[in-house]
Amino acid sequence: MSSLLDHVMGRATDLALPISVHFDLTYRCNERCVHCYLDHEDHGELTTSEVKDVLDQLAAAGTLFLIFSGGELLLRTDFFELLEYARALAFDVKLKTNAILIKEADAVRIRDLGVRQVQVSIYSHRAEVHDAITKVAGSFDRSIAAIRFLKAQGLRVLIANVLMRQNAGDYPGVQALAAGLGAEFTLDPTITPKMDGDTSLLAMRIPTTHLLQVFTDKSLIGDSVTPPPGAPDLEAMDDAPCSAGHAACYVSPYGDIFPCVQFPLPSGNLRRERFEDIWRHSKQLEEVRAIRLRDLPTCSVCSLQSNCTRCPGLAYMEGNMRGPSSADCEKSLVFDQARSIRETN
Amino acid sequence: MTDLYIARGPRLAARVLASETVILKADDSGLYVLNEVGTLLWGAADGTTPLATIVERLICPRFDVDEASALEDATEFVRALGDHNILNVSDRPITAADRAPAPDEAVS
Repeated sequence: MSSLLDHVMGRATDLALPISVHFDLTYRCNERCVHCYLDHEDHGELTTSEVKDVLDQLAAAGTLFLIFSGGELLLRTDFFELLEYARALAFDVKLKTNAILIKEADAVRIRDLGVRQVQVSIYSHRAEVHDAITKVAGSFDRSIAAIRFLKAQGLRVLIANVLMRQNAGDYPGVQALAAGLGAEFTLDPTITPKMDGDTSLLAMRIPTTHLLQVFTDKSLIGDSVTPPPGAPDLEAMDDAPCSAGHAACYVSPYGDIFPCVQFPLPSGNLRRERFEDIWRHSKQLEEVRAIRLRDLPTCSVCSLQSNCTRCPGLAYMEGNMRGPSSADCEKSLVFDQARSIRETN
Repeated sequence: MTDLYIARGPRLAARVLASETVILKADDSGLYVLNEVGTLLWGAADGTTPLATIVERLICPRFDVDEASALEDATEFVRALGDHNILNVSDRPITAADRAPAPDEAVS
């Protein structure tokens, strides 16, 4: 599938189509996760009819891959109405949820509506650790019960384990829990600043010693061999740094358009402009689209470039969308250390 | 030859990108990309128009191919998509309840 997917993404990029859109339906949430970057107040969410209009516009613009997320999207009382509408427009829908509101009947509806994947955040295999992170007693048990409901319907469930200092050693337990539930597992060590720029959350990032342990853990990386980083690839210099703004974008609950959920560069608002106008003519998106690897003064000559997963959004949040992202620099350095360790073992 | 009817399968996502149709199955995440001919067939898969009519009206005028050969190829193609549950293929018209959402028109 990956080569076909590459073909599709390449085609979308060539045609400048927003094939992948992350749409947060609400920032309201019934959990209060300690690492969350969102403000959970409702500052005027798009109404049901406004969301439907946005979905019409996205379908017309060529969007296929649609992530509905939040906040907790099931707090919207019109959630199933919106999901049904999205599926009638033939979007490929994935949901990101804490799942604690999902009961058996909801799982049946989600399955019947043709959702392709449900991603559920689980922070630990130990209920007390998970609940301390979400600040909601009983949330672990409810999320796990929901995963069982979803799996019973044959749905694909992805357990997302965000790593932070509070749960740094627990990922093997979550991985085993996912396997036991028949769910997929993904690990993410990325903690981002709050959307208002507050960087206090970054203190929760796991230390490099733990990151090194993750990058050398065979249960996560298997026996794959990563080649040592080579010289900067001159042919890649004309490539876009990532798909944000090229074939993907983000829609906030208030209709704001950003290049990506992790790239909070305000690029237009759907209450004032049509999506197509923002996508085609926003100065901000045009600026993002114009950036090529050769335009990154530090990263284009970095010796770790070929194995780096630089996020332009994180770089933007650090003050320069053409600069490095220190979190990714750290990850790349540790990844290279891990590669050396794996090579010698 | 018996008339065949085709309708889009259930639980699919689809979008037409230029002359290609990208299809994703919710059940197994299978990804399919149909070429221009496949896109024409997909767009016309309303469950009620016989395949022979679709071929005669949409395929033959666009491509330099005789009707019999085109229908033979189209039949093989839709049966293959039927095997993957991308299309419902039947020798009778297919009811609306069996159909997936229609994809939007081409976007570029």
